[in-house]
Amino acid sequence: MDLQESLSLALTNLTSPPVLAFVLGLVAVAVKTDLRLPDAVYQATSIYLLLAIGIKGGVALRESSASDVAWPILAAIVLGIAIPVAAFFLLRVMTPLGRIDRGALAAHYGSTSLVTFTAALVFLQASLISYEGYVVTLLTILEIPGIIVGLLLAQGVRGDRFGETLREVVLGRSVLLLVGGLVIGFLTGPVGYARVEPFFGGLFIGVLTLFLLELGMLTGRQLSAVRQAGPGLIAFAILFPLLAGTAGVVGGTLAGMSIGGAMVLGVLCASASYIAAPAAVRLALPEAKPSITLVSSLGITFPFNLVIGIPVYLLLAEAIGGWLG
Amino acid sequence: MTDFSSVTCLTIVAESIVQERLVRALAASGAHGWTLSMAQGQGPSAHGDVSDIEGGNVRIETLVSPEVAVRIWAALERDFFPHYAVSAWQYDVKVARLARYSDEG
Repeated sequence: MDLQESLSLALTNLTSPPVLAFVLGLVAVAVKTDLRLPDAVYQATSIYLLLAIGIKGGVALRESSASDVAWPILAAIVLGIAIPVAAFFLLRVMTPLGRIDRGALAAHYGSTSLVTFTAALVFLQASLISYEGYVVTLLTILEIPGIIVGLLLAQGVRGDRFGETLREVVLGRSVLLLVGGLVIGFLTGPVGYARVEPFFGGLFIGVLTLFLLELGMLTGRQLSAVRQAGPGLIAFAILFPLLAGTAGVVGGTLAGMSIGGAMVLGVLCASASYIAAPAAVRLALPEAKPSITLVSSLGITFPFNLVIGIPVYLLLAEAIGGWLG
Repeated sequence: MTDFSSVTCLTIVAESIVQERLVRALAASGAHGWTLSMAQGQGPSAHGDVSDIEGGNVRIETLVSPEVAVRIWAALERDFFPHYAVSAWQYDVKVARLARYSDEG
């Protein structure tokens, strides 16, 4: 891919409605409007996105063979454990943060961002680049281990409370909706899906755009705290996604995935959670400072991945695919 | 003439992340029921905008006997006040049909 094509891809990403809505959310906070998505709408759109992605992934999974999926799943499990461990130890080198906050951040970076993942899929579709439909399975697999590893690194297993949190994470709405959606999609197949496609497919990018408007506002409210985060954490929030994203692209390529698929695994590894992980960390590590984890994952890494990271991971997938493929 | 009895009205406002745990604590302490609603506001232990992402705040109100109120306060002081953004207060109210709210009714 030459420079002109790369710039064109970056422009495609930057001018997509969801990314522009995210920027509008940032502007709304900067000019101090009273715009706010009602809580119920925010909750409903996140449920819609999780279920829609799950169902579409389930339909695609049905059309994949076990041998196609086995190596990518193994790669996702290994990465899901390795990434939070790497984050935990890199944070010790780069920041003065204590063990609890480093574990909380490791849980966020070990888990994944549904919206970054979805934006990556929208970007690939707009760029006419194919990817494996079972990537949603990888999203689901990567959602949980990182959180558990991060919590363990922070505090070890602390009796009943850890078990209670684990149950709440595993049975939380993100996993329930993703796994439930996968099962629905798998069972209903393309024929059943065709009946709900106008709602779960046709409206998808519109709902994502609305969701990103709210995330833009949430991010905008974190930006004032970025300056207080310290240079080490800011550097981590930008460098670590690039490192983890590269690891994901290499893992995907070695597991036999296409360029688009390896790029998506890279995005999954590079992204940091701000739905499942904040809830789990708040419950299990109430002494961790949410302002640190949110500034890093939502204030820096999320916009970085959304605007710059997504096209970069595609370029990486093409380059690494050329060397290893 | 309606027969009124005294019970304790306990109100808890908390970050919604602990909603399920609070409800379990109320049930385990002997509360017969509760009213739950979303709440907005600002408290002394607000954690930036974290409650926005986790679903805002909840307000839980329950009418219980004074003995149950003591057990709920003990649970709040042990499991919630030290760790989470939680405000709670109580006052005495008069209710009809005491059996709806208290085992003594």
